[in-house]
Amino acid sequence: MSALLSVTDAHVAYGKVEAVRSVSLEVGQNQIVTIVGANGAGKTTLLSAIMGILPLKGRVGFAGQDMARLDIEDRVAIGLGLVPEHRELFVTMNVEDNLELGAFRIEKRKAKASMEHVYTLFPRLKERRKQLAGTLSGGEQQMLAMGRALMGAPKLLMLDEPSLGLAPIIVADIFRIVTELRASGVSVLLVEQNAQAALKIADEAYVMELGEFVLSGKASDIAANERVAASYLGFQHEGASVL
Amino acid sequence: MNTTIMLFLVQDGITNGAIYALLGLALVLVFAVTRVILIPQGEFVTYGALTYASLASGQMPGTAKLALALGIGAFAFDLFVARKALHGRLILRSFLTNVVLPAIVLALTIYFAAQKPPVAICIALSLVIVAMIGLYLYRVAFQPLAHTSVLVLLIASVGVHLALQGLGLLFFGAEGQRGPAVLSGSFTAGALRFTGQSLTVYGITIAFIVGLWLFFGLTLYGKALRATAVNRLGARLAGIRTTLSGQIAFLLASVIGALSGIMIVPITTLYYDSGFLIGLKGFVAAIIGGLVSYPLTAVAALFVGLVEAFSSFYASNYKEVIVFMLLIPVLLLRSLAAPAVEEEKD
Repeated sequence: MSALLSVTDAHVAYGKVEAVRSVSLEVGQNQIVTIVGANGAGKTTLLSAIMGILPLKGRVGFAGQDMARLDIEDRVAIGLGLVPEHRELFVTMNVEDNLELGAFRIEKRKAKASMEHVYTLFPRLKERRKQLAGTLSGGEQQMLAMGRALMGAPKLLMLDEPSLGLAPIIVADIFRIVTELRASGVSVLLVEQNAQAALKIADEAYVMELGEFVLSGKASDIAANERVAASYLGFQHEGASVL
Repeated sequence: MNTTIMLFLVQDGITNGAIYALLGLALVLVFAVTRVILIPQGEFVTYGALTYASLASGQMPGTAKLALALGIGAFAFDLFVARKALHGRLILRSFLTNVVLPAIVLALTIYFAAQKPPVAICIALSLVIVAMIGLYLYRVAFQPLAHTSVLVLLIASVGVHLALQGLGLLFFGAEGQRGPAVLSGSFTAGALRFTGQSLTVYGITIAFIVGLWLFFGLTLYGKALRATAVNRLGARLAGIRTTLSGQIAFLLASVIGALSGIMIVPITTLYYDSGFLIGLKGFVAAIIGGLVSYPLTAVAALFVGLVEAFSSFYASNYKEVIVFMLLIPVLLLRSLAAPAVEEEKD
């Protein structure tokens, strides 16, 4: 079975500065893949480039299709979704309108079913469906951003730092929902600074440093790697060097 | 001043203010969605008015040809962009909307212009012609620059304004024109005399504002337009094309402009360059609304209309000066109240 998303030899540059260098990665069907790494490693840049927000040199294939010439909107239409770090909600519109617009490219009938699905995943959103998005708490905004992306019925959902700035109890909730997504057939590419939590739910993992992948493999193996543990998981092993 | 004169001025001010309100709303809409400050809004007014007046007097308006020319330009842009991957269906759709449609409208215009058509047909044709011009202008002049800064878009906007004004002189000549009233007749209520035309202005303005409100509040496309205005990246991530939103915004702006023109031209003589000043007054209202607030813009437009009416009574030579001076305290206040805003990057 071929991978759902395959990125080959990707380079992303801001002017002359290369923020991502020669990166290759794959996400299979029904998989959670995580990219962990320190702040500024280039994770967000990579996700933005896969989505088409930033220009990327290299090859990006999705569901057997070359995405080089597709705009952001076309990538959304063929089943790629991104929940960006800053969520980019329509803050002056209510929860329901935000969700409805997430299904802009979907048939009306299917959109209704999608909305029911999102409300079962996030009952909080249903309670607050007439509230303006800008007045929601951070956790609810994150749920809404994920819900809006899910309304487009994506095959692959890319999440950029979904746990950033949220209370631990909400983080746990969001990670639980990510695993539920996998069970319902949506693959997830998860970028996280909270490496411990991410590695626990992921199938595969990549470790990113200064724009390059320095390690990859099964998430459980990566989590067990001593040097990863020292750098990202907060366990201090004496004598362990940075990768 | 006695009450009769005052009531008369108020009535006059509200009639003009209603039109400035429509134009101001269009400006806010276009700016919010595309970041273009739509200087050519005034040309949409003149084009609508003079196309209508020409048709009504049995002349062939040049704007119909301009629409076809711009449409062909827009189609050429679409072809150029799609050159690497020619997508049959998309090309066909572009050909139909950009070439076939204006060609049909041109044929209809030629046919009807020869036989002094009834008012309804004149209005419909003028609206369609100007709407197409607005739509194709966006494709030709603004869509290719969509990713650039507000300043570049503003310069393009000034360029389009000058070009359209020059073409207006070519199409309609230097003489002013008047059109037939949409609704003739009048009645008096107390000291006030209402003409059919002024009632038409109120009616259409209110209907349009209610229509826009319903469109933005209830329909998916209306919400998509608002979403693009609130958060461009968010809208793209939801699959909403910014070009689609831009097209709808320009279409609405040109229809609003043309409609305003058609409503004014039976009341005042319009020249090829009258639109600019009318558009600017809508702009004053839009600035008072901070280029973001629709209700504030509408209220400000009525205020601009009233100030204009009263200053034309007291100091008619300084009418325009007084109206535009309204901007200075507003800008001062805004600069004090609002922190410096850095231009959005995307």
